Amino acid sequence: MPRHEQTMAFFVKPSAAELERRKIVGINKETVTDVTSTDFPGHYPGEDNSWDLEAFSQGFNVKFHNNSQFDASFSLIGLDASIANAFRRILIAEIPTLAIENVFIENNTSVIQDEVLSHRLGLIPFKGDKEGLLHFLKWFKKPPPGADPYANCFDFNTVQLELSVECTKKEGVDPNKEDDPAKLYNHANVYAKDIVFTPMGQQEEYFTPPRQPIAPVNPDILIAKMRPGQEIRLSMHMHKGVGSDHSKFSPVATASYRLLPTIEIIKPILGADAENFQQCFPKGVIGIERVTAEEAAREGSGYEGHKGEKKAVVVDTMRDTVSRECLRHKEFEGKVRLGRRRDHFIFSIESTGQWDSDELFLEAVKTLKVKCNKLEKQVVNMVR
Amino acid sequence: MSSEAYQPPTGGASYGSGATGNATAVEGPSMRYICSDCANKFSIKKNDPIRCTECGGRVLYKERTKRMVQFEAR
Repeated sequence: MPRHEQTMAFFVKPSAAELERRKIVGINKETVTDVTSTDFPGHYPGEDNSWDLEAFSQGFNVKFHNNSQFDASFSLIGLDASIANAFRRILIAEIPTLAIENVFIENNTSVIQDEVLSHRLGLIPFKGDKEGLLHFLKWFKKPPPGADPYANCFDFNTVQLELSVECTKKEGVDPNKEDDPAKLYNHANVYAKDIVFTPMGQQEEYFTPPRQPIAPVNPDILIAKMRPGQEIRLSMHMHKGVGSDHSKFSPVATASYRLLPTIEIIKPILGADAENFQQCFPKGVIGIERVTAEEAAREGSGYEGHKGEKKAVVVDTMRDTVSRECLRHKEFEGKVRLGRRRDHFIFSIESTGQWDSDELFLEAVKTLKVKCNKLEKQVVNMVR
Repeated sequence: MSSEAYQPPTGGASYGSGATGNATAVEGPSMRYICSDCANKFSIKKNDPIRCTECGGRVLYKERTKRMVQFEAR
């Protein structure tokens, strides 16, 4: 007999229904109940709630809802909020990306100030060959103050970009008939696509076609506006960085999760009420069905004598926004119970373009693993 | 300390006029300016009137430095 089966005998095992009940966060008209999880040792007398790898891997499940290149949505089912939140925070602040870090302005006669222009340039997301970005490019170490600021600039940690545009009048356009500056002048608008990447040293190998060169993800980001006679001439250095340093390095536009909503219809909602009930939720959450003969015949089902009438049924709680509208109406009082599943996290990761969204999540898992290994070493040292 | 204290200009008549009372006027470095009205670029020396040579406008801009300026993109 395996060891865990022997020990099981000493512990009380709660019923499946009870376990299910414990997972639900109650959502009432004005309050929210049972917010914290209770599945830790010592909370329920006589139960063994110690964390167990086998139990976890049996209960854990990942389900993808949508996985486009830059926008992924998936469910992580059966894990604690602390872990889900760790993934979210790592996604936002600890996955490295490449971004403009230094701007060297030769000339800027546009109306946008040097500092503001530099800041705008820093926030532009860039893309490039994955292999080059992830494996070839390394961290840049800033030299101490007083030392040569470019002492550590090499082809494997610095990417150079240029932006030089001059606004001039376009020939043959009548300013009396045309008043769109973009048609009157050359370079009236400076866009991200005007930024030119100049490969240095080994970057030639990684960032020249057929491999993807370093370029803005969205070529039409407006950087500045100019008028004839004005000029912007500058070069830029890009470095790798993390979102905890500056949000321009964050690889995600949004990375968030929400708990799966639950809707439980306790007493039948019939007829016109069913349609009103449906209107209380976003489209597709509540469906309308007819009461079947079998249901109408069953004693105590609440459908007796209502054969063929409309009834409200829960179709898809994933679409619900938990507006609690249904709790405001008298006719549904005591007929519906709203809640959220505490261990079902619906993640949504929107990438800025340097990484693919699903890659980002895998990278977050990897990062957490590395952190755990570091911690393990420390704990072992502490115990020794 | 007293030698560094501010000393008001003496020749009040020379202010704004081209002629200087001081015969031994030093040839100071000339600065480039841009007129705010007519965008004319010209240079002014130490005791020159602060006016545009073309239109007489009194609002002048200094030219931007030719040197490279470095900023952090933050």
